Amino acid sequence: MQEITQSTNNFEQCMKCTICTAYCPVVPVNPLFPGPKQGGPDGERLRLKNKFFFDENLKYCMNCKRCETACPSGVKIADIIHSARMNYSHVKPKLRDRILANTDFMGKVARPFAPIVNSVMATAPVKAIMDGVLGIPKERTFPKYQSHGFISWFRKNKEAHQSTFAHQISFFHGCSTEFQHPEVGRAFVEVMNALGYGVQLLDEKCCAVAMISNGLFDQAKRNAAHNIEIFEKAAKPIVTVSTTCTFTMRDEYPHILKVDNSSVRESIYIVEKLICELIDSGQVKLVFNPNYKATSCYHIPCHMEKLGWNIFTQKLLSLIPGLEMQTLDSNCCGIAGTYGFKKENYKNSQAIGKPLFDQIEKAHPDFVACECETCKWQIEMSTGYPVINPIVILADALDLEATFKANN
Amino acid sequence: MKFDTIIIGGGLSGLVCGLELQAHGKNCAIITAGQNAMHFSSGTFNLLSFHEDGSDISDPIEAIASLGPEHPYTKIGKEKVGAYADGIQDKFQSWGIRLHGNPRKNGYLITHLGNIRPAWMAFEDTALMKEKNQKLAEKALVINFDGYLDFNTSFIANTLEKQGTQTRIASIRLEELERLRKSPTEMRSVNIARVMEDENVWRKLIQEIENILKEEDLVILPAVFGFKDTRVLQTIQKEIPARTIFIGTMPPSVPGIRTQMILKNQFAQAGGTIISGDTVREVKIEKGMIRSLKTENLDNFELEADHYVLATGTFFSKGLAATPHEIIEPLMHLDTDYLEGRENWYDRDFFKSHAYLSFGVKTDNQFHPSQNGQTIPNLYAIGSILSGFNPIDSGCGAGVAIFTALSVADQINNN
Repeated sequence: MQEITQSTNNFEQCMKCTICTAYCPVVPVNPLFPGPKQGGPDGERLRLKNKFFFDENLKYCMNCKRCETACPSGVKIADIIHSARMNYSHVKPKLRDRILANTDFMGKVARPFAPIVNSVMATAPVKAIMDGVLGIPKERTFPKYQSHGFISWFRKNKEAHQSTFAHQISFFHGCSTEFQHPEVGRAFVEVMNALGYGVQLLDEKCCAVAMISNGLFDQAKRNAAHNIEIFEKAAKPIVTVSTTCTFTMRDEYPHILKVDNSSVRESIYIVEKLICELIDSGQVKLVFNPNYKATSCYHIPCHMEKLGWNIFTQKLLSLIPGLEMQTLDSNCCGIAGTYGFKKENYKNSQAIGKPLFDQIEKAHPDFVACECETCKWQIEMSTGYPVINPIVILADALDLEATFKANN
Repeated sequence: MKFDTIIIGGGLSGLVCGLELQAHGKNCAIITAGQNAMHFSSGTFNLLSFHEDGSDISDPIEAIASLGPEHPYTKIGKEKVGAYADGIQDKFQSWGIRLHGNPRKNGYLITHLGNIRPAWMAFEDTALMKEKNQKLAEKALVINFDGYLDFNTSFIANTLEKQGTQTRIASIRLEELERLRKSPTEMRSVNIARVMEDENVWRKLIQEIENILKEEDLVILPAVFGFKDTRVLQTIQKEIPARTIFIGTMPPSVPGIRTQMILKNQFAQAGGTIISGDTVREVKIEKGMIRSLKTENLDNFELEADHYVLATGTFFSKGLAATPHEIIEPLMHLDTDYLEGRENWYDRDFFKSHAYLSFGVKTDNQFHPSQNGQTIPNLYAIGSILSGFNPIDSGCGAGVAIFTALSVADQINNN
């Protein structure tokens, strides 16, 4: 009965307890943001009467989903906020927002000139122009574009013999693996091959998370529909190495973009979940390098916490005999994708992440483990500690040859 | 994925159970969907506050002898509850929470409505009186923020006046809080508390208080300070030139949220696994024992354990559900205790006793629930989901949550 009488974003389940607001990272640092309760279910009641009540300040929501994880009544608060932006906002995305949103397009344009782009972007005059003209804060360090991406490495070195493996999986590498961090993709292929799994690439488009947060909803819907269509035909599971791509394709496609992914949703994995399942069911064995030694802190990205999948990474890292690992307190790093790349958010973004940075500095690890590339950029810039994707840590800690022999 | 114990529910009971198990080297997971009753806490834990006739209890442990056989305290045993009570301050201190009060004697709490109620242990920033009609001071100043409606200064002042304290009410306007007033629903305790995290703001407040303080020897503030860090409480108390106490506000409860966040972080630091924002959707039972669980977020991935603890609370948190004619436990359809006939579940007078508050999951004396009369030996139920007690009428909700959790943790640890 409740299913029938409930609206799709279930705002009427809210009983105004204000618990969501207690967990919102933006509320204490940005007075302009009306907060999750006011902007979400409270505002929805008003907006349904008259769209005049829409508040453009909802753009300050980082979509970290901490409100939803905290809500005792299961209200999809951030979904309500972002659906409202999609349905009611009159503000057209600025040039800056379009640049930040099109992560794959920008990567393709920048790559041929990567060494020039990287050094030019780091110079003071260019930073001043970006700050003044575009509204990208001069304090921010940009992730470096790589001249040679993941795909060209894969095609040259790995593609030919992938079909020789008994099992096949599809790899959704995501924009950052292709353009900024090809080492993550390389580690993924090495580990999966060692476990006896051949890797197939997809004709993927950006998962569209940055388009959703920058208000480019039509483009986001087109990307979503394309990805779901190719997933349906691809080898399953579809495996990613980034938290946010995974979360967007599983939950934001149906909830915000209204793109039906039910045919493939349960086949979308992050690699840590896949490996844990394979270990649990006895299908694969890991052999570790006895000489590996490191200390690490694990930062749970907000979207990993929302997925509830951090337990897989924690489990996997705990299996590495030489790795000493501490899980950091649950605290948003403040970057939230492209949010912290905007001048108007820079100060707030750093204030939100402060307790996390302090905890890392106090722990003084060799590196921080984290599955999210934008958390990585934020933490590296703010603390100076290197941040490594768990699949790269695993590839380093495994004896890949011995693991290959045990599984092939 | 295998754990020693999986606890379903991350409220007070689930966290206490998890912390106690982790302290004994067990590897536990807590699965929790959304936040819990601690967010509505009065700032105190009650062990047993009222006799059946509604009169106050002053010696809560002694009063356990008069409870019926179905009450969880009777199942644990008076002696054992007394021992747990005596050790409670040390235990919570070891988890980073300072409690004050007398483990064997109830004190008295002034509520945000100015009522005086028996209470057992109080959090750091909740004032507890020794006697019901204790005169707190000669002259008191009750302070509120402009536009904050969840702290009823005149009710509190009335109560103090009755005890012989001359009381003045003052309201302070802080520029930093004015933005909250744009929307009347945002002027709430946690929002104020988050503004008060900023040292510049609370220092300014102390200055304002000094300016308006006359010859009062007591200052009363709403409990909206120290959201994450309790050190600010002591600083405020030290720097205001009169004795300063805090009185709780309408929900959400700042002392309660802080306490639950500390317990949760403590559990994670002790090596416990928290699966948050997730709901158990399927329980596999084989040969009368629970074998594994599946949750909403983990797709078909199975979580396994030797022991399972159900701490899912009552109706609001969906640990129990009411159908037109039955009270059910929706996850496993465990056997429940309730009265036949819906008209017997509640009283038409809201302020009278409601029977439904004592409905819940039926268990044996070791807190094992049953399914179709068949006890499940590797499952325990703790906290408010249990039947046999009325937390409102007798004021024993927190005590039942804590002591059933400790009792079950002991059983698992000694297993």
